[in-house]
Amino acid sequence: MIRALFSLTLWLGLSSAVAAAEPEAVRTFGPDQPARQITLRTTTDVNILAPAIEAFLDTQPGLAIRFEQWGSNDLYDISEADCASGKPGADLVISSGVQHVVKLVNDNCAATWVSPETTALPKDLRWRDQVWGISREPAVMIYNRALVPPEDVPRTRFDLVDLLRPAQSPYTGKVATYDIADSGLGFLFAFLDSQEASTFGALMEAFARSGAVATCCSAEIIDGVAGGRYLIAYNILGSYAAQAARDNPDLGIIAPADYTLVLSRAAYLPGREPNPTAAKLLDFLLSPAGQRALAKTKLIDPITRDGGGSDSDETLALQRLIALGPPLLVATDTMKTARFLERWRDIFAQ
Amino acid sequence: MSDGALPRETGLSATRSLTARLVTGLSGLMIVGGLILALAAFAYGRAAARDAFDRLLVGAANDIAASISIRDGAPVVDLPVSAFELLALAPDDRIAYQVSGPKGAVLTGYEDLPRPDTTAQDSELYDARFKGEPARYIRVTRRFAERQFSGTVEVIVGQTLRARTQLALSITRNALGGLAVGGIAMLAFAIIIVHSALRPLERLAHRISERDPQDLTPIRAAVPREVDVMVQATNGFMGRLDRQFATMKSLISDTAHQLRTPVAALRAQSDLAAEEDDPARRDQIVAKMHSGTVRLSRLLDQMLSRALVIHRADSARRERVDLRNIALDIFEEGDHATLAPGSEIRLEIAETEVPVLADELSLSEAAKNLLGNALSHGEAPVTIGANLRDGRARLWVRDAGPGPTPELRARLGERFAPGHSDTRRRGASSGLGLAIAQSVAETYGGTLEMESDAAGFTIAITLPQAEEIT
Repeated sequence: MIRALFSLTLWLGLSSAVAAAEPEAVRTFGPDQPARQITLRTTTDVNILAPAIEAFLDTQPGLAIRFEQWGSNDLYDISEADCASGKPGADLVISSGVQHVVKLVNDNCAATWVSPETTALPKDLRWRDQVWGISREPAVMIYNRALVPPEDVPRTRFDLVDLLRPAQSPYTGKVATYDIADSGLGFLFAFLDSQEASTFGALMEAFARSGAVATCCSAEIIDGVAGGRYLIAYNILGSYAAQAARDNPDLGIIAPADYTLVLSRAAYLPGREPNPTAAKLLDFLLSPAGQRALAKTKLIDPITRDGGGSDSDETLALQRLIALGPPLLVATDTMKTARFLERWRDIFAQ
Repeated sequence: MSDGALPRETGLSATRSLTARLVTGLSGLMIVGGLILALAAFAYGRAAARDAFDRLLVGAANDIAASISIRDGAPVVDLPVSAFELLALAPDDRIAYQVSGPKGAVLTGYEDLPRPDTTAQDSELYDARFKGEPARYIRVTRRFAERQFSGTVEVIVGQTLRARTQLALSITRNALGGLAVGGIAMLAFAIIIVHSALRPLERLAHRISERDPQDLTPIRAAVPREVDVMVQATNGFMGRLDRQFATMKSLISDTAHQLRTPVAALRAQSDLAAEEDDPARRDQIVAKMHSGTVRLSRLLDQMLSRALVIHRADSARRERVDLRNIALDIFEEGDHATLAPGSEIRLEIAETEVPVLADELSLSEAAKNLLGNALSHGEAPVTIGANLRDGRARLWVRDAGPGPTPELRARLGERFAPGHSDTRRRGASSGLGLAIAQSVAETYGGTLEMESDAAGFTIAITLPQAEEIT
């Protein structure tokens, strides 16, 4: 059984490595005949990071940035391969799979960089001066305002569990979440949820009973909720949801009131020595100007509640900022991951 | 030396100041001590840091080992986050871990971590590298003996050394900071102390330079014991100077005094002789003049000898002298033949050495004077001798006569005995001779002893016997 599981993960790893040959999207920012060029690899959608990139390029004439968008597991695989070969293919990597970046730093794949901007970061958002958290994005629940009556809208995970409890619940088969086998981010959110043991167990049980759907990709899930295919989606990245909610007023967003995970995308400079231009880009993203640019596309997001709540002290206290540090290594452990996936699959296979 | 001021010795400039020496010495001491302490502090800091962080490793490894369970006949690790949170107390260090089952099959974690050299113990700490950095590792073994699975599972946890190094350095820095403050304070105190300790010297130098050049009285100053040694030496030196001055003064005045009368007598007699027509009477006067001249020359000899003796008492080195040699030399020189022609002298010396620590020349002068006295005033036969008696060395002269009168004896040892009508001529020279002998005896720690018996009168310079040369 265990052996079978190993070969499964091994196969998954191999297949993803094979598939990882290409980025999902590539765009080059800056002049056509650049004097200098750096490569940025990220899991973030081009459109979401574009305002910040352009703001940076305004300060750097003659610089072009090759922007590669990758799936989080693929990005980890290629970064790991780069590190092993000692030839980094990128100058700056920004990933939402923060556990992967922490693992890469732990494997001595990252260059050290110290600047006023990096040292101004809170302790939880930097480790070894080799990895830094550049964004603040809550993990939220979204729902369809048109189809979910206000009294049903879950404020907490307990509300969601209660909603799914009745045998004839209208939400049976209508709740979606990330397929954590495919999404590094989905895995991380689920994994961190699992450390809040009681809630997670109850939630999984509720998901299993109500036939919740685990599927791929933020865009797909958000579209599904907006279009009414799903009524509620759990653990969706708030930045994407907020972007979508601009165009679709039917999309409601809830930051769970019991606790809200807040992701800070991890950036690191691959290789032994930092590329100075890439380091400048990093410093810019951490600077007030950069943070404003990120806020435009909700990468820096005051936790939004349905009905437009604000950052009260209470909500801030319930935010669980995902700290970049050694404990995230547990989320990359093969056996732990395999067992977690196995449990997850058992639930969603029912 | 005429004005009593010591001329500055050219060619000898003052050497480095004591303050500079002390400061240099102390600084050197503190630098060497500081280096040793720094090394010691760093060694201690490293040991302390190692102990502290080794505990984290032990805790984390045990945490992981405890999370191993047997499922379906195989060990399964449920990696605890708490282990990594524990290790994250060393905030900037990378973490290596591995769990391996029987036959070294890696269950989870890093594939190829270094292993300890020995495999004897269940728990072992060791140093090795982790991906390009030095690291500290622990290996913990957990044994399972269950129905489904029997064997050992190994947990290896490692961590890089940044936090340890930082802790060790901060311990060292703190220790050195304290040391530096202490050192500077010590140096400052040392300078102050040296200054205050040397102040008596400055005061002393000031007083000496303020002195009247003729003032050779001892310096009286309250000074520390160490400096007092110097003051005593200076006082001794000045005392010698003073005595020599006094000696010279008294010699000059004595000489003037002593010579005036005989020279005046000679002059008067020569006047008489010039006016005397009677050859017989003139011969008589010339004979008187001759004996007067002999006495005068003897007086001069004695005064010179006395000056010599007194001078040497302060200046001559004391050497081991055999008194028999002195007696023998005097006997063989035969100076007495001119003083008392035809007199008989005997020598009587011991068979063994008669050693003393003294100046040979002074003793010889003293003995000659005693011999001269015996020849002039005593009765033949006159004997000179040297021997040991009752542990004391004696250099003696004996004649067959009764010796000087008690009245004269009582006055012996004075410089001379002027103005005594009866002894005016005789006593002057003999008194001077005795005075010389006495002062020589006293200079070398002895006495001048006189004894009369049936055989005659004996006068002896009695000195402590020199110790045997070992």
